[in-house]
Amino acid sequence: MISRAKTILLVLLVLASIIMGAVLFRMRERAHQRLLTGQDSAPTQAPAVTAPQQATLMVANDDDNSLRGEVYSLPLPADPGARARAVLGKLLDLYAAENSNHPISGGAASIAQVFLLSAEGSRGSQGDAGPELAVVNLKSSFVASHPSGLETETLTVLSICGTLHANLPRVTQVRFLVDGELRPSLAGHADLTRTYLTADAVSADQAHP
Amino acid sequence: MRWIKWGGGSASGVAAAILPAVFAMTLGGQQSPPAPPGPPALPPLPHFVVVVDAAHGGDDTGGHLNSGQLEKAATLAFSVRLRSLLSARGIQVVTTREADQSLNPDQRAEIANRAHPQACISLHAAETGSGVHLFASSLAPSTPTRFMPWKTAQSGWVTRSLALAGMLNSALSHGGTNVTLGRTSLPGIDSMACPAVVIELAPERDADKKTISEPDDANYQAQVAATLASAILEWRTEARQP
Repeated sequence: MISRAKTILLVLLVLASIIMGAVLFRMRERAHQRLLTGQDSAPTQAPAVTAPQQATLMVANDDDNSLRGEVYSLPLPADPGARARAVLGKLLDLYAAENSNHPISGGAASIAQVFLLSAEGSRGSQGDAGPELAVVNLKSSFVASHPSGLETETLTVLSICGTLHANLPRVTQVRFLVDGELRPSLAGHADLTRTYLTADAVSADQAHP
Repeated sequence: MRWIKWGGGSASGVAAAILPAVFAMTLGGQQSPPAPPGPPALPPLPHFVVVVDAAHGGDDTGGHLNSGQLEKAATLAFSVRLRSLLSARGIQVVTTREADQSLNPDQRAEIANRAHPQACISLHAAETGSGVHLFASSLAPSTPTRFMPWKTAQSGWVTRSLALAGMLNSALSHGGTNVTLGRTSLPGIDSMACPAVVIELAPERDADKKTISEPDDANYQAQVAATLASAILEWRTEARQP
């Protein structure tokens, strides 16, 4: 015959098992709820949009072989490299537009990257506000579709140099790459192997003979 | 670094100036009636040579014109026309190419610098813009020295190049041609030790930007070449001014 004490112990153990099972079930439910909450991809916060800023674009005109400064209001990133890419993208969008006076197809997507480096010969260290060299990496599709001609190619190069300097005054030198490689010319005329001085673009329309 | 030596003809020029003077001094001791005062003697006329450079050629086709022709063919035809007109005016012309052949920028500059020319004209053609685009080198002017760095030899002649571009601009504008002026960097031109101008022939357009003549149009080329020849003749006259 089972003693009274053993009967009570058995009942307690059964009760403990039921309570532990209930606690585990409840913990599982909570864990499941947490998992579902983490996977919720619905937007809960509006993205922060950068306030538009004034950007000066040196826009080329084939009719009179000139560069003219035009001011646009653009949302510009804080990072200088991304900012340089954004202003050049807007410049090439203007050239790709209908009725452009300097027509080139491709638009903003023609700029692969813009790298900003300390200019050669400057003593600036990291974080120093010395002159900078901008390396503009163009896409080969842009170069392939660029009209051939000394005037149009020179204007494209000078307008890129002038636009970079107008918005990033520390940029004093510009070099060009096409798909990450050095190319002899843009479309048969403008030399892409040399380093351009942004001062050339600033004085381009003032240096007529 | 590659260098260019210029002014090789100066020794013979000095000798030409000294020898008659020594000869005259030798004869000066003899009895002779005093010569009547005449007009002052003009300096000897310098040898006037023009280099005409048809851009591109061979594997380097240049751009594609709207008419379908290649830029290298249009520049060669333009070069032949200009050469003929200059020769007919008694000007000695040296061309960089007379056929469809490849020449790199250094070879073009070597041909030009060997000729010791008073004007170098590089001819291009384009499908964009309108009229004639004139370019001088974007190098900063410097004083010519006996040895100039090859890649920037043009810097010693930039001032004269700008003057030549101004004279061509004046003649073309007077003839009713739309002209734009600019500065650029071209490896061949930047190595030339002479007054050098790049002439890019663009389509002739009306006020509505409608194309009247393409750059490879024979009549259009002949009209521009005639104006250029007259301007170069004027340049020769100016170069001979004391």
